[in-house]
Amino acid sequence: MSTLAYPTVPPILEPAVDGSEDQLLEISMGPQHPSTHGVFRMNVVLDGERVVKLKPIFGYLHRNHEKIAENETYLGSMPYTDRLDYLCSITNNWGYALAVEKLAGIQVPERAEYLRVITGELTRLQNHSCLLGFLLQDMGASGTPLMYAFREREKVLDLLEALTGSRMMCNYMRFGGCRTDLPAGWLDEAKKFVQEFPRFLDEFENLLVSNEVLMERTQGIGVMSKELAINAAMSGPMARASGVNYDIRKVDHYSIYDRFSFLVPLGDHGDVYDRYMIRFLEMRESLKILNEAMRDIPEGPIVDPKTKPRGFRPKPGEAYGRIESPKGELGFYLISDGSPNPYRYRVRPPSLINLTVLEDLCLGQNVADVVAILGSVDIVLGEVDR
Amino acid sequence: MNLETIKSEIEASVPGCRLEIVSNPSPSGQHSLLVGPDHAVAVATFLRDSARFDYCSNVTGVDWPPKELSEKIKVKKIVDGVEKDVDEVRKTSVPGYLEAVYHLFSVELREGPLPLRMRTQDREAGVHLPSLTPVWRSAEFQEREIFDLFGIVFDGHPDLRRILMWDGFVDHPMRRDYVDPDDYEYEPTAHDQVLQRANQHLNQTGGQ
Repeated sequence: MSTLAYPTVPPILEPAVDGSEDQLLEISMGPQHPSTHGVFRMNVVLDGERVVKLKPIFGYLHRNHEKIAENETYLGSMPYTDRLDYLCSITNNWGYALAVEKLAGIQVPERAEYLRVITGELTRLQNHSCLLGFLLQDMGASGTPLMYAFREREKVLDLLEALTGSRMMCNYMRFGGCRTDLPAGWLDEAKKFVQEFPRFLDEFENLLVSNEVLMERTQGIGVMSKELAINAAMSGPMARASGVNYDIRKVDHYSIYDRFSFLVPLGDHGDVYDRYMIRFLEMRESLKILNEAMRDIPEGPIVDPKTKPRGFRPKPGEAYGRIESPKGELGFYLISDGSPNPYRYRVRPPSLINLTVLEDLCLGQNVADVVAILGSVDIVLGEVDR
Repeated sequence: MNLETIKSEIEASVPGCRLEIVSNPSPSGQHSLLVGPDHAVAVATFLRDSARFDYCSNVTGVDWPPKELSEKIKVKKIVDGVEKDVDEVRKTSVPGYLEAVYHLFSVELREGPLPLRMRTQDREAGVHLPSLTPVWRSAEFQEREIFDLFGIVFDGHPDLRRILMWDGFVDHPMRRDYVDPDDYEYEPTAHDQVLQRANQHLNQTGGQ
């Protein structure tokens, strides 16, 4: 058997350290790449189309949110938490309010808890539907799915606007309750929305779930094992798609989540497809919670009358409070030294920590899959960079 | 979960390790465990494998600058030949340190949080702590963030670089005594040497 003598091509890049003559190409995806959902950058080293190394680069949107909050009163940084994960300002408010309530030992009235659950679950619906639209857009299903998702999101934003006065920067929670009560007719509108929402889900599922191209692009791509998911502290849909049964609504029983009957969907494979499907299933569970909460919401005060919004000084101590935000575990760690400003204010950003394993998921995949994997992580750069 | 039992279990299985329970007076009741840097990795491994705290959720730093405590004490002194109680202010200086806090949870037992703390010797030279990234992968980016913003150096971290600030940045912005510049976006305008070089270049290229 004779070997063909190919003409040797001089290497463009330096040969690899181990002496092999693989030609590696380093490209920079982002910070202006449309699939990076903002100003996120990855330095990807490619061998042909295969990813051999990937280093994420952060900080383009860094404004040191924590330092600003430490120079601000406790209530003063509530509007600023809206800007962390700017798609779900309600849950950011909630996480911060919960941490401060833990720090100062504040009780929340019943009606306010129901309002928090209703607005929080509406936020989850719009975040997940947005994410599905973005993910499909990234994978090349240009336009239509994203617009279908945005149509539903608009309805939630209209509801939030009617309640809080703002569509995205809601600034809705207060320590010990909520800022405004429901306007007349709001609950009926919301009930109508919740009743119609499954139609969107059915339509979306019919269009896409068994779509051959989608399955080809997502199944078996970016697989994460259960062990890695726990060890790297993955949270939210990222962890549950890998089969980690950990939903903080069930684990911590914070607020009044133990009153509602809902299930925690889990994935088997931990690939992009599972992460994609988990969001559909979670939205259906959120609808259950919403139906029950809107049926049972009692009358009463919406804020604990004993808490002082002005001149609020918690006693020295510290607290870590966390909630299940749509993206994962959103935690706030506060240290008080008895002054009106927090001594230490820390945000545990689910988006950033879910990116810890990005390189592990992308190694060995094609460069086009990086886009799908990153889309399935669900990041918002306002929270990653803080 | 009882912190005392965990403490005694760790002390039984990690020989020679110093542990201390830092009590938290807040209503949250989250008391934490202070571990010396020498045995931190062994303690962390024990907590992960035996105590099943497999989920290290939040890792963060806290800066405690040196402070002066002044307290009034009564001292017996002889004034004009008569012994009297005299008020005197005694000042004690508490040295500053940096702290890394790890909030541990257990996915399996659904327990937590258990805050684990480590303290550096001081804020200048002795800012080294062992990295717990080999134990919990989730600490990787968060320890980098502490290194960036607080200046704690984590020995044994696989990739310790600045994460949020740019590489050429010198200070650590989350320290309490950090003074921020008047203008973050300052760029030297063309004068002196820069202008000279620009003119030279223009002359060489004929203003092209």
